[in-house]
Amino acid sequence: MTTAPAAPTQAPPSGTLNPVVLTWLHLKFQFLETVRIPIAVLGNMLFPSLAMFFFVVPQSQVAQNPLAATMAVAGLSLFAVCSASLFTYGLGVAEDRQLPFDPFVRSLPAGPAPRMIARILNGAIFALFGLVPLIVIGWLFTAASVTLLELLTGIGVILAASVPFVLLGMAVGYSLSAKAALPVVQVVLFPLAFAGGLFLPPMMFPSWLDTLSQVTPTRAGRDLLVQALTGADAYAWAWPVLLGWTAVFTTLAVVAYRRDEGRRFR
Amino acid sequence: MTVITVDGVTRRFGDVTALDDVSLDVAPGELVGMLGPNGAGKTTLLSLISGQRRPDVGTVRLLGGDPRDAATRVGLGITPQETGLPPTLRVGEVVDFVGGHFPDPVPTAELLEQFGLTDKTRKQTGSLSGGQKRRLAVALSLVGRPRVVLLDEPTTGLDVTARQALWDAIRQYHAGGGTVLLTSHYLEEVQALAERVVVIDHGVVRADDSLDGILSRVGLRRVSVRTTTDLTSWSGVSRGEHRGDGVQQLYTPDADALVRALVTSGVEFSDLQIRGASLEEAFAEMVADDNPLEGAGR
Repeated sequence: MTTAPAAPTQAPPSGTLNPVVLTWLHLKFQFLETVRIPIAVLGNMLFPSLAMFFFVVPQSQVAQNPLAATMAVAGLSLFAVCSASLFTYGLGVAEDRQLPFDPFVRSLPAGPAPRMIARILNGAIFALFGLVPLIVIGWLFTAASVTLLELLTGIGVILAASVPFVLLGMAVGYSLSAKAALPVVQVVLFPLAFAGGLFLPPMMFPSWLDTLSQVTPTRAGRDLLVQALTGADAYAWAWPVLLGWTAVFTTLAVVAYRRDEGRRFR
Repeated sequence: MTVITVDGVTRRFGDVTALDDVSLDVAPGELVGMLGPNGAGKTTLLSLISGQRRPDVGTVRLLGGDPRDAATRVGLGITPQETGLPPTLRVGEVVDFVGGHFPDPVPTAELLEQFGLTDKTRKQTGSLSGGQKRRLAVALSLVGRPRVVLLDEPTTGLDVTARQALWDAIRQYHAGGGTVLLTSHYLEEVQALAERVVVIDHGVVRADDSLDGILSRVGLRRVSVRTTTDLTSWSGVSRGEHRGDGVQQLYTPDADALVRALVTSGVEFSDLQIRGASLEEAFAEMVADDNPLEGAGR
C-alpha cells in the first residue's frame, strides 16, 4: 500500500460543487434537450393559441368585451400552464426514468436536488413561453386589457396555481411508464380543464356543474387568476381548494417517488 | 486506505439473489478485471459501488465514504451505457455537462482529442456509430480526473482496432495512478488489461487471484477421444463426459500429460482431438464444481 502511486486528482476535493452551480448546469442542459425537439415546444404554444383564434377571437361579444376577453385569455393561459406542467412532469419524468442515461446521471456527484429544481425551473420557463402567444393574441385581437401590475400579479398567481399540477405530473411520472403516462395525463387534463371553466366560462354552467367545478383545482386557479387580472372576486373557497389539492398531490408525488426508489434503487 | 471495500454484501431483486455475501477489496492503483457470464451479478455489484443501489445486507465503501453520498462520488468515474446518451445533445455538450460536476475536469477539447472524437464535437450523439459512442462513454468516465473508474463492458461489440485504442486509453489512465475495476465477459479483454481477476457467477465470487493464477485455472484443454475404457476418472482429468457415440470429452489442465498417459497405458482409442477450452467451458468448469475453488468467498 505504501507503493500506491499518486492518484490522478492530486488534492481530493472534500465535497460536491456548489448546488447553485450544479442546478444551473442541469437547467442549462435540460433546456437544451427540450428546445432541440421543437415540436414539443411548439405544440405547447400552439393549442391554446389556436383555441383563442377559433373560440374567442371570432365571437365579438366575448372578444370585444374587456372583462369577458380577459377571462378567456386567463382560462386558456391557465390551461397552457396546466398542460405544460402535466406533460413535462408526467411524461417527461416517466420517459427519463426509462432512459439508460438516467442511472448514469444519478451516479454523478450531485444530489437529487439540483436535477429536481432544474426540472421545475425548466418546466416553468416553457410554461411561460406558452403564455407569450396568448398574451400577444389577447392584446392584438381582443379587448382584453390589464395593467402591467395586474399582468405581473397574474403571472405570479399562474405559477402558484401550476404547483399542484407539477406535483400531480410528478406523481404520474414516477408511478407509470411513459406509454401509460400519456393517456393518463390526457384523461386527467381535459375533464379538469373543462370542469374548471378554462374553455367555457363557469357562468355558462348549469348550477350542479358550477358547484362541482368549485372543488376542482383548475376552477380555483382560474378564479384566482381572473381576480388578479380583473379584480372580479374569486369565490371564498378558492385558496383553500387550491392549497388542499396541493397537499394531496404533494403526498401522492412523494409516495410515488419513494416507491420508485424502493423498486429500483434500494 | 482501500479504494473500494465491499463487505458481506447481499442484494436481491424479488426472489432472485443477484449477489450473495460478496466481499471484495480494491487497493489504490490496482487494475482489477471482473469476469463472469451474463447475469452473473457484475453490473449489480458496480451499481452498488457507484451508489445507484444500496445492498440489502453488508456494507459498500468507496474512497472511504458512502457511495450513496454525492460528495464521495467526486472521485468516481463511470461509463454510461452507450445506448443511453441523450440523442439530441452534441458530443461536446455531453462532455461539458458531465465534466461540469467535477472541480477540475479535463478540458473538453483535450479529452475529445485523446479519444479521437475532435471532429465529432458538434455532432449530436444520436449520429455517432457504435464504436464512437463506446469511446465517448469511456471518455465520460475519465472527464472528472477520477481516482477510480468503473468500466462496465467497455469494448463490447467493438472491432479490433477500436478495442485496442480503448485499451490503450485505459492503460494510460492506470499508468497515471488511477484505479480501475472493469467487467467483461471476454477472457481476452481481462487478459489484456487486468493484473488481478475476480471471477463471479450466480452472485458468488468464484475466484479472486492474479491474472496468471486465474489463467492456469481456466486454461483448460479439451481432449476428445473414442474409446471403450472410462477415462473420466483418470488423474489429471478435472471433468469428463461420455457422449452418446462412444466419444469421451475430457477437460484437463495438461493435455500433453494426459495423452502421454493414454498412449503408455495401452488402451485402445481413436479420433483423438485436442483444443483449448472456450471461456464458457472454463466457466462451466469453475462453476459446476460444488466445492468453490480455493480463494472463493474472499
